[in-house]
Amino acid sequence: MVHMCTVTPISLTVGANRIIPTIAIPYPLGDPKLTKEEEKVLRRKLVEKALKALETEVDGQTVFED
Amino acid sequence: MGKVRIVHYINQFFAGIGGEEKADYKPEVREGVVGPGMEFNKKFGDDAEIVATIICGDSYFNENLDEAKAEVIEMVKKYNPDLFIAGPAFNAGRYGVACGAIAEAVEEELKIPVLSGMYIENPGADMFKSSVYIVSTKNSAAGMRHAVKTMAPLALKLAKGEAIGAPDAEGYIPRGIRKNYFAEKRGAQRAVEMLIKKLKGETYITEYPMPDFDRVEPNPAVKDITKAKIALVTSGGVVPKGNPDHIEASSASKYGKYSIAGVDDLTEETYETAHGGYDPIYCNQDSDRVLPVDVLRDLEKEGKIGKLHDFFYTTTGNGTGVKISKSFAETFSKELVADGVDAVVLTST
Repeated sequence: MVHMCTVTPISLTVGANRIIPTIAIPYPLGDPKLTKEEEKVLRRKLVEKALKALETEVDGQTVFED
Repeated sequence: MGKVRIVHYINQFFAGIGGEEKADYKPEVREGVVGPGMEFNKKFGDDAEIVATIICGDSYFNENLDEAKAEVIEMVKKYNPDLFIAGPAFNAGRYGVACGAIAEAVEEELKIPVLSGMYIENPGADMFKSSVYIVSTKNSAAGMRHAVKTMAPLALKLAKGEAIGAPDAEGYIPRGIRKNYFAEKRGAQRAVEMLIKKLKGETYITEYPMPDFDRVEPNPAVKDITKAKIALVTSGGVVPKGNPDHIEASSASKYGKYSIAGVDDLTEETYETAHGGYDPIYCNQDSDRVLPVDVLRDLEKEGKIGKLHDFFYTTTGNGTGVKISKSFAETFSKELVADGVDAVVLTST
């Protein structure tokens, strides 16, 4: 499992092992300031990062920064 | 009040009858003290006395719960005690459950105070800590003196109906009870003092402890994501428009499982959030912002993932307790495994 969330300290507290930091609490995978197309590009980048994290071996709680 | 009369409950092992081979020993009552009761009586001095000891095998009790409870209660009743003590059970699981169950039943039926003692990880402690005073003991009988030292004074207070202090002052496992009291210092001052201690690296006592979260070993990496079946789960409350199962806006009592077979995009007309803990406007406009179905569908079509699972699971993580969240996941993760899901993307707001 990979956890995508904005407040990563909470994710660490509750015990997720693969963590992807996201954009904001009400829109973790979007940004209303962008156009719909730009937003989707941003979302895709984050999801691809999450898939990459799933393919990565970790030996403890890991936050996948850039 | 004269000498406090106490009935003590112990198992076959502490009575010296035998170990596992005698665990089906039926309830028996003996006048006076047996085994650990001697230590208690020593500590009580002239204030209290164990007038009878009930012995019951751990397996017998747990396998014949209703019968055993009824038999033991009848035995206790005859001695008309002021207090009932069960254990201490240390880290013995079935003994702990028996102590908690019989103490709870005696208190309820006979309306007398009860007390037990257990190691914090004894399953009986978690099951009965909210209904019974359970002194926190060491994990083996080597901690008997230590346990009796804490249990005896608390027992006397309970029997005499005196006010019981906070868990850490009296030595019992927190029962989850909040009690109003007048603090000498106002909250802001207490908080700042706590913060300063924390910054200095000194010890401080929180007034609002966080729940204990468990840790799990990380799962191995997914070997080939292009062959993997990926499922979406969220605590962001994304639901089909209209929230058909009425998932609560906070403190959710349930989760939803919804089909996204054939869904390429979550739109304003089809999905929304039930979550009451964040501004819903952005998710209501486009729920892909919380649950990225559109992108995963694209990736599926492009062969970058094997398959997007036909169902997503959702609840509102707003004020929803750890225990109930855990029970949700215990149920649906079995379904995910049965459905051949290889990995989960969990999104939170």
